Amino acid sequence: MEKIIELKSVTKKFDGVTALRNVSFSVNKGEVVGLIGDNGAGKSTLIKTLVGVHNPDDGSIEIHGKLVANWNALKARQAGIETVFQDKALCPQQSIVWNIFMGKELSYPFGFIRQREQIEVANKLIREIGFTSKLIDAESPVGNLSGGERQGVAIARALYNEAELIVLDEPTNNLSLNETQKVFDFIYNVKKSGRSVLFIGHNIYHVYDISDRFVILDRGEVIHMLSKEKVHTADDLMKIMRETIKGH
Amino acid sequence: MFDEDNKKSNLKKYFHKNGRALGSMGYFLLLMIVFLIGAPEVWIRPNLHQSVFVMMPTLLFMVIPLVFLVASGEIDLSFASTYGLSAYVFALIVSAGIDPILGLFAGVFTGAIVGAAVGALIVFGKLSSLVASLGVLFLIRGFLFVSTNSRSITLLEIDSHWMYPILVGKIYGFPVQVIWAVLFVVFSYFLFNRHVFGIHIHHVGDNEVSASQMGINVKEIKIKAFMFVGVGAAISGIFSTLITYTFFPTQGFGYLLLALAAVFIGGTPYWGGLGTIAGAVFGVGVIAYMEIGVVAVGMSGTWRQFFNGLIILLALLGHRLHGDRVR
Repeated sequence: MEKIIELKSVTKKFDGVTALRNVSFSVNKGEVVGLIGDNGAGKSTLIKTLVGVHNPDDGSIEIHGKLVANWNALKARQAGIETVFQDKALCPQQSIVWNIFMGKELSYPFGFIRQREQIEVANKLIREIGFTSKLIDAESPVGNLSGGERQGVAIARALYNEAELIVLDEPTNNLSLNETQKVFDFIYNVKKSGRSVLFIGHNIYHVYDISDRFVILDRGEVIHMLSKEKVHTADDLMKIMRETIKGH
Repeated sequence: MFDEDNKKSNLKKYFHKNGRALGSMGYFLLLMIVFLIGAPEVWIRPNLHQSVFVMMPTLLFMVIPLVFLVASGEIDLSFASTYGLSAYVFALIVSAGIDPILGLFAGVFTGAIVGAAVGALIVFGKLSSLVASLGVLFLIRGFLFVSTNSRSITLLEIDSHWMYPILVGKIYGFPVQVIWAVLFVVFSYFLFNRHVFGIHIHHVGDNEVSASQMGINVKEIKIKAFMFVGVGAAISGIFSTLITYTFFPTQGFGYLLLALAAVFIGGTPYWGGLGTIAGAVFGVGVIAYMEIGVVAVGMSGTWRQFFNGLIILLALLGHRLHGDRVR
């Protein structure tokens, strides 16, 4: 199976504290990977390293089997990896359209942006993700939106950029049932289109439902990598998780 | 009916979007009305406005780049000394008999270098921009006093060069530098609102973490903003030397607080992520008219600072109506 991204023996330390220890991990084309682990297990550090926000202290990163140097967020996006961060990575005082195109603006030569085109695309996107209020359009500031709507903008950004791999860091936190369902619909659609998803979640039942493969992280190390065939129910997954934590 | 509603909401949206700029325009008009009522016969004299037109371009070159920097979430005080340093470099080159065009480029280059250095100090040295630029402000000013021995340089023959009338000449009594300032403002407007650089400035000032997670090089954007401030101050300083035929070691020091006041009266908030070029133009208008208006209405010049203070406070209270920072 074709690997989109592979981390090889990655170690990351913060002020001498090891957040990731010798982690090897990959995401294949077209699969949904569920990353689970207790608080402080290193989930966020792992995905932030994967998407170039952190640089690994040791180990290497390969994109489509090719080693990359000086991995950073810009390179990750150029390689087709889009992330919906836990904090959503939005700029609340800026308009929806500027947030959707943040860091990947449509521009003419010399860097002047195609504002009208951007607004058209953004208006279409926010209707697609289900914004119905007449008061909200592409030029409304993100700060006026509810939590669910903000999540929608962050997802719209990932959606627009047609990424090969979409990373979602606890995307259903603080969302209503309805909004949570929308996020799942989104993930199914991404998978259907042959793209990959890396999903980080607290809720094991959510993770079980949508993932093809599970990666369990504990204290900065990958403890288990299980395909769905080996885990028959969400409760099985829960049991494995419990045993991992009990081992402390 | 629907169309009318739409029109209404469009108008509302326009006011909401441009509230800060429109607010500054309001203060400017209010000030004009006050002065007009206070001293109508002085106020309609054209030479009074002409002296404002001489001062405004100098301020605009300094203030507009500051809007970029403040919107990026930083502040700079060193520009008031960069102004002097660039004018000094220009004056040295011209008085050495070298072509003033070269002096112009050298002066502007000096501004860019100082800006880059201040920016690097803040971005890589992780220093507070307020305190670090305060240090640079004194450092450069001190250097100017020492190296000139506190003496000024006069460039009496500078107006015989062909570039003089192009930069600061007069067409039917109208100062040419106003045209340069207008071009600068228009260019800056598009740079700020319709260019990737300006948009990244907004993102960096709004939420640095988000910006860097989305692949924006925060450090680079900030250093460029500091460089723009340096270049603006340099142009301003050189223009002022051209107009007065003189470089003097304290040159620009008096503009430090006035330029910053113009930024904030203009409606750019201190917290970053927002800014307005049009508002800053009115902010400069308020400051420039205040300088002469107080005397024009027959009050002693000693009142000037008092009124400057008053208008800053009133303007900030007014801009508060546009709301607090959203997070």
